[in-house]
Amino acid sequence: MSDQTVTVRFFARLREELGTDRETLPCEPGQTAGNLLEQLSSRGGAWAQLTGDQPVMIAVNQAMAKPATPVQPGDEVAFFPPVTGG
Amino acid sequence: MEEVRIGEADFDPAAEYESLRDSGSGTGAIATFTGLVRDSGDLQGVTGLYLEHYPGMTEQVISDLIRQARERWDVRRVKVIHRVGTLRLSDQIVFVGVASAHRGDAFAVCQFLMDVLKTSAPFWKKELTESGEHWVAQKDSDLAVGGRWEG
Repeated sequence: MSDQTVTVRFFARLREELGTDRETLPCEPGQTAGNLLEQLSSRGGAWAQLTGDQPVMIAVNQAMAKPATPVQPGDEVAFFPPVTGG
Repeated sequence: MEEVRIGEADFDPAAEYESLRDSGSGTGAIATFTGLVRDSGDLQGVTGLYLEHYPGMTEQVISDLIRQARERWDVRRVKVIHRVGTLRLSDQIVFVGVASAHRGDAFAVCQFLMDVLKTSAPFWKKELTESGEHWVAQKDSDLAVGGRWEG
């Protein structure tokens, strides 16, 4: 079904280095935020850093999440570097 | 009463202070903090900052921190303002103001909100210099002071 997707967003250094701020990905049943990270990382190049040495923070529907957090169709998942505001 | 404001516009601490002061006769203390753009950070010779955020999530995270503060301390009125976009040296970045019955709670809430905002609100700073740009790395020292409020 065409609506079985999630929106993935990238911010700051990741947004710049991946060259995109969002994309739509298919969402399989039982998927987690960590599965999405691995899927994106397997593209190689700049994408490989998503599972590299530098920490990547995760939000699901604008709340802080973990790799094990489940992802449902329609969710918004964000990946970003550790935050540096204030 | 708008408690959280994120945007490119500058702010007037004097006006924010007056708004905090107008929080009822139970208010006996107001603490405020203002953060400014400094000329050195990860790099020397910083000429400005670019600040990015995650619209929507930022406001939710800060509103949740304010809710936590209200559970732990006396808070009569609170205001958090954070700017985004391109800022120059000595520009104001962030304002936290707290009106409380007593100074201990006012100081504590002000420090709690700043410390935990730095490690949990989705903002990212990029330092601008004459020779290039650099996304600021998260500091272990910031994580340590953010963590001391847990539990």
